[in-house]
Amino acid sequence: MADNVTPRVRVPREASAGDVVSIRTLISHPMESGQRRDGDGNVIPRSIINRFTCDFNGENVIDVTIEPAVSTNPYFQFSAVVNETGTFNFTWYDDDGSVYEDTADITVA
Amino acid sequence: MEMNRRQFVGTGVGAAAAITLLPSVATAQDVDAAINAFTGGADTSSDGITLIAPEIAENGNTVPIEVDAPGAEAIILLAAGNPSPDVATFNFGPAAGAQAASTRIRLAGEQDVIAIARMPDGTFLRAQQEVKVTIGGCGG
Repeated sequence: MADNVTPRVRVPREASAGDVVSIRTLISHPMESGQRRDGDGNVIPRSIINRFTCDFNGENVIDVTIEPAVSTNPYFQFSAVVNETGTFNFTWYDDDGSVYEDTADITVA
Repeated sequence: MEMNRRQFVGTGVGAAAAITLLPSVATAQDVDAAINAFTGGADTSSDGITLIAPEIAENGNTVPIEVDAPGAEAIILLAAGNPSPDVATFNFGPAAGAQAASTRIRLAGEQDVIAIARMPDGTFLRAQQEVKVTIGGCGG
């Protein structure tokens, strides 16, 4: 349903053990709220990202339940604590069943 | 009560206007129901939670919101004047660096944005801020 869905994440490449790192994520998605009407007065059906999760080495960082009131191209900024070198896994769940994934590696010195 | 023609026409116009004025706005009951669904009716205190929202948002389609509640398990965001009050729920896992997050939300008009945090000991914290919106963000 949603075209050109592109996830983007920004994670520092390096950190020291125990550091709290800031993570920014954005995914291009229209987030059709189900409230709008087209030119003929018909309701445009809802089509949103309804859930976003971030895990670091299999440990959950954040799990967000998203409602239609989140803006187009949903953006989230949050932080994670890193104790070891590893990979962040980001997952977005679409209303239409699609799952979008992205990963980011971080090296802990 | 007897109703003359003029009153009758007036009520009809009013009712029609109310029906066509979509999207509708959540009522206070809807907001309370959304809060109770999260807190189970428990009391909330206001210390230890910070909600940062602009006083005036130019564009209701993207209003930046930041919420911070150190130690919280989960934070729910509500917009009291949207067609549906629910906005987002943040559940923090063991690898979270801080129980804080920011995002961008839609606001239909001037209204209160509410954040409620659930703490591990079962208590709830609540913060609220009024946001004025120049251009509403729920289509219509």
